[in-house]
Amino acid sequence: MNRKRNGHLKYGLAFAALLALLLLFLGWSLCAGSVEIPLEEVAEVFAWKLGCAPAPGASSAAGIVWEIRFPRALAAILLGGALGLSGYLLQTFFRNPIAGPFVLGISSGAKLLVACLMVFSLGHAVRVTSAAMILAAFAGALASMGLVLLMAGRVEQTAGLILGGTMIGYICSAATDILVTFADDTDIVNLHNWSQGSFSGISWENTAVMCLVVLPASAAVFLLSKPVAAYQMGEVYAKSMGIHVGRLRAWMVLLSSLLSACIVAFAGPVSFVGIAVPHLVRSLFGTSRPLVLIPACFLGGGVFCLFSDLLARTLLAPAEFSISTVTAVLGAPVVIAVMMKKYQRRG
Amino acid sequence: MGNGCFYADRLAAGYGKRPVAEGLSFHAGRGEIVTLIGPNGAGKSTILKTISGGLAPMGGELVLDGVPMERIPRKERARKLAVVFTEKLQGELMTCRDVTAAGRYPYTGRLGLLSEKDQRAVDQALELVHGTDLGDRPFDRISDGQRQRIMLARALCQEPEMILLDEPTSHLDVKYKLEFLSLLREMARKKDLSVLMSLHELDLAERISDRVVCIKDGRMDRCGTPEQVFTPGYVEGLFGMTAGKFDAAGGSVEFSVPGGAVKPEDLPENAVFVIAGNGSGRQVFRKLQRENVPFVTGILFENDLDLPAAEALAAHVVKVPLGPVPEEAVREARAWIRRCQRVICCRTGFGVWEKENEDLFKYAERSGKTAGES
Repeated sequence: MNRKRNGHLKYGLAFAALLALLLLFLGWSLCAGSVEIPLEEVAEVFAWKLGCAPAPGASSAAGIVWEIRFPRALAAILLGGALGLSGYLLQTFFRNPIAGPFVLGISSGAKLLVACLMVFSLGHAVRVTSAAMILAAFAGALASMGLVLLMAGRVEQTAGLILGGTMIGYICSAATDILVTFADDTDIVNLHNWSQGSFSGISWENTAVMCLVVLPASAAVFLLSKPVAAYQMGEVYAKSMGIHVGRLRAWMVLLSSLLSACIVAFAGPVSFVGIAVPHLVRSLFGTSRPLVLIPACFLGGGVFCLFSDLLARTLLAPAEFSISTVTAVLGAPVVIAVMMKKYQRRG
Repeated sequence: MGNGCFYADRLAAGYGKRPVAEGLSFHAGRGEIVTLIGPNGAGKSTILKTISGGLAPMGGELVLDGVPMERIPRKERARKLAVVFTEKLQGELMTCRDVTAAGRYPYTGRLGLLSEKDQRAVDQALELVHGTDLGDRPFDRISDGQRQRIMLARALCQEPEMILLDEPTSHLDVKYKLEFLSLLREMARKKDLSVLMSLHELDLAERISDRVVCIKDGRMDRCGTPEQVFTPGYVEGLFGMTAGKFDAAGGSVEFSVPGGAVKPEDLPENAVFVIAGNGSGRQVFRKLQRENVPFVTGILFENDLDLPAAEALAAHVVKVPLGPVPEEAVREARAWIRRCQRVICCRTGFGVWEKENEDLFKYAERSGKTAGES
């Protein structure tokens, strides 16, 4: 029993560490930017918004914090969490440590359909709602996922699957580029920014829709943690435990596609978070129990994205990097390390 | 065949359209071990997979506890049936205790949290397989033998009525094989489990099974107690063995004779006569067989420990019924010694009933054929 308590203590500490990082980066990203706002003023804005203090004097600061930075930070956390979970699901599904929504071409599929929708709606002067964007992205993600699954049925080797997914990604990206090229001049700026991936310009309305999709989907993933635990030990064993493996796999595909679709719809494709976060979290917690890893991946993804967005915004302020530039620099080394480890064990 | 047992009735198992094996009818009672044997590719794994529910049966009926298995709901089945299969269990970052605890799956709630009772069941299962010390060790860093024991603990933890094992000993060395199978035997009795498994090792199958089911060419060739199944010459036929022998009485395998049985005049020049007895000769026989040296041995009593190996490997065996050795046999043995280049004596001393062998040894010494032997 002592042993059990030690385990719980370890998980507790790791969760506490992640939460502390999250709060730290959240505070920092509210203060930092093209306009530096001291922490006291940020606190005043929050106190005002929560109704326990009068409106602060400097209203521009309040606007920046409440209307721009706070929704953006929340979006980074939510979408980062969604990416982490989506990556976790895909890695478990394919039993492949370097699977992720970006490498498998799922993000790019979503991106293509969203680009189509945007070009179409801009051409017809229709306003695109967040929900429509998510739907388009979801359809694109599912289509790519379908192709990847078809390949997975035929290709034995992991490398083949990843390569196939990457190629699907390139094809979709090329198609998106073509669309962007033929779009009207005025649309291009918009589309171009979005197709690079960025958390900028996220409104409260966006964040609300995001919450409505990401939170229930994440809760659903959490509820799958028991069958996923059996599934990750091997299909034969999962079946012998009475799990309907086909149904479980369908859920995993749907949820991971929905989660990655959400990111694409709001922030464009974001690379490497999906692959890297599950590994970082696994080594931080030292376990493979989905019950622990699923919330941890969500939290870890949130921290990772929030930090990346913070760097993207502040390093060259007032100019911004695209979010993928930062996540690639931070995430790619993790992927390399994982591949090295995997290669070493076999060789 | 009432409650508390499993039976298959004209089961057909396979993938796709054609069954790999059909017409399988056998049963396994509580506390019994039933073993499937047969050549590679005979469909043993497919049969086990079908019974486990991983594959739909292509015909026939499976009944567990008096209920047809297709009518047992998945969750219910998971409480009755546990498997230890050859597919390697993925246990990255899992301790042996975690892997064992996975067996509690059918009993835990929505999130799979272990209750006190579950924890106790895990402790107990680990203790049963003598794996309590392994509990905290990472599952992917223990030996194959330990891993199989943990897999068994996982299955026991599931508190099933029946366990299916697919070649559970195939990666284990001799020590672990025996250890694992005796553990299984003990568990079957103690927990009143039906055990159905496939085994490669015929000698072990013969010793451990209550019943043996032989699969050949997609059908059940024989089914019965080991005594009924392992009749002389049967195993060679079952496996289509052309290059060796299965000693049905001793349950061990011997390679084939270098030159086959011969007449004295056909004996090759380099042949050796081995004076054996009381189990002292077997290893010499096998050594000669490996070196491809034909040999004759004698005089052996028909109940001698050396006889099975001698009959499988020697070009000729001079054997006599238990009792005084007839003069005729001694003459025959001397004739063979004259034909042989060398005589090896495996006996360090001769008992009262071995006077004739002692005489043979002296005879060989006089003719200088024991040179080089100590």
